[in-house]
Amino acid sequence: MSTLEPPLALLAELTHRCPLQCPYCSNPLELDRASGELDTANWIRVLAEAAAIGILQVHFSGGEPTARKDLPAIVRAAAESGLYSNLITSGVLLDERSLATLVEAGLDHAQLSFQDVEPANADRIGGFKGGHRRKLEVARLIKAAGLPLTLNFVVHRQNLERLPQMIALGLDFGAQRIEIAHVQYYGWGLVNRDALLPSRVQLDAATEEVETARLRLKGRLVIDYVVPDYYAARPKACMGGWARRFINITPAGLALPCHAAQSLPGFDFPSVRTHSLADIWQSSPAFLRFRGTEWMAEPCRSCERREIDWGGCRCQAFALTGDAARTDPACALSPDHGVMEAAVAARGGEPPPFRYRRIGAVETA
Amino acid sequence: MNAGLNAAVAPALAPGVKLRFDKVREGWVLLAPERLFVIDEQALDILKLVDGARTLKVIIDDLAERFDAPRDLIETDVVAMLRDLADRGAITL
Repeated sequence: MSTLEPPLALLAELTHRCPLQCPYCSNPLELDRASGELDTANWIRVLAEAAAIGILQVHFSGGEPTARKDLPAIVRAAAESGLYSNLITSGVLLDERSLATLVEAGLDHAQLSFQDVEPANADRIGGFKGGHRRKLEVARLIKAAGLPLTLNFVVHRQNLERLPQMIALGLDFGAQRIEIAHVQYYGWGLVNRDALLPSRVQLDAATEEVETARLRLKGRLVIDYVVPDYYAARPKACMGGWARRFINITPAGLALPCHAAQSLPGFDFPSVRTHSLADIWQSSPAFLRFRGTEWMAEPCRSCERREIDWGGCRCQAFALTGDAARTDPACALSPDHGVMEAAVAARGGEPPPFRYRRIGAVETA
Repeated sequence: MNAGLNAAVAPALAPGVKLRFDKVREGWVLLAPERLFVIDEQALDILKLVDGARTLKVIIDDLAERFDAPRDLIETDVVAMLRDLADRGAITL
């Protein structure tokens, strides 16, 4: 048995409040209410615990993390604990002054999301009028504040053909990094799958565009690219493996091995209000459940890739097969792989309307 | 020579990239936006000289003298490492 490595990164979901309503949001269908959010003092304590157990980077996300008035105090605590801090933001609540406060507090990097490059479509996807124009301004402000900037584009069938312009926008803003992430189809993304899933032709054109741009922009712009599982032959190593690298903390203070883990039944996730991060990482049953390879059944158990992809995504396995311990259906060796092909075949010629991410607005299947 | 790298270039850590000692793992890491690189001793010797002021030539001369090693060998290693980190966005050249 190998010794347990410390986690590398903390995903701190400070709030589920957000002015945007993107139909592929990574938050759970059932959103945490503002009244139950972890307070400033608890976040500051958790950040110190995180650094002490070996976490090196903290990603402040949400919802929209800048919706929290105490964000500067939380960022400062991260910096004082020696954590590298990253703000994952829609940007629409930021201005010159709030950015200056965050930089002064020690923020290391900002990742700014865009929904499209075409303003009307961007605002339609985000469900927030005037959002795109605001983001363009905030990208300039982030650079002017001296913060390193990553642009993030979540891509799907309704914006993918503008990928070259997305990369060009990153260059225009002097971003060092651009993340082109296909929608991942769990939670809200799964609810909106038919409206978002690209065709094989769209996907292949996008992948080729990224590969060409990477060569052309080598040394100038790093392009990270995340593909959708539905056309894959092998699953991705979701979160680098269950409870191997990350701890995610929900706005209410529950510690999860991944941000979607609350979609899985039969778990009692530990709260950072009552458990230390060290205990959670080392011995919480929820973190032990799918860590490593012991839990695997065939075809994963004897697969030579079992420590490469770690069986893929547990949440996707559950969402598509009803059993979180099965092989991720993204794998061509999975007996359930046909559900992926069926979803592609069921994808209509015209995308259906979005079901926007709203508190209390979704019907559960 | 130098695989296209100019000896007068002064490599620097890219904006937002930090070299830091990790007390828990007892090793050096390069922390970068949404990624990190574990640094071995040889890479650390090079990175400690990367400050945006020292030129490639100065860095290579320094290491060749300090380790009493053939300059060509040092140069090959230094250029390969810096170029790799530059391609991954951690260094500017």
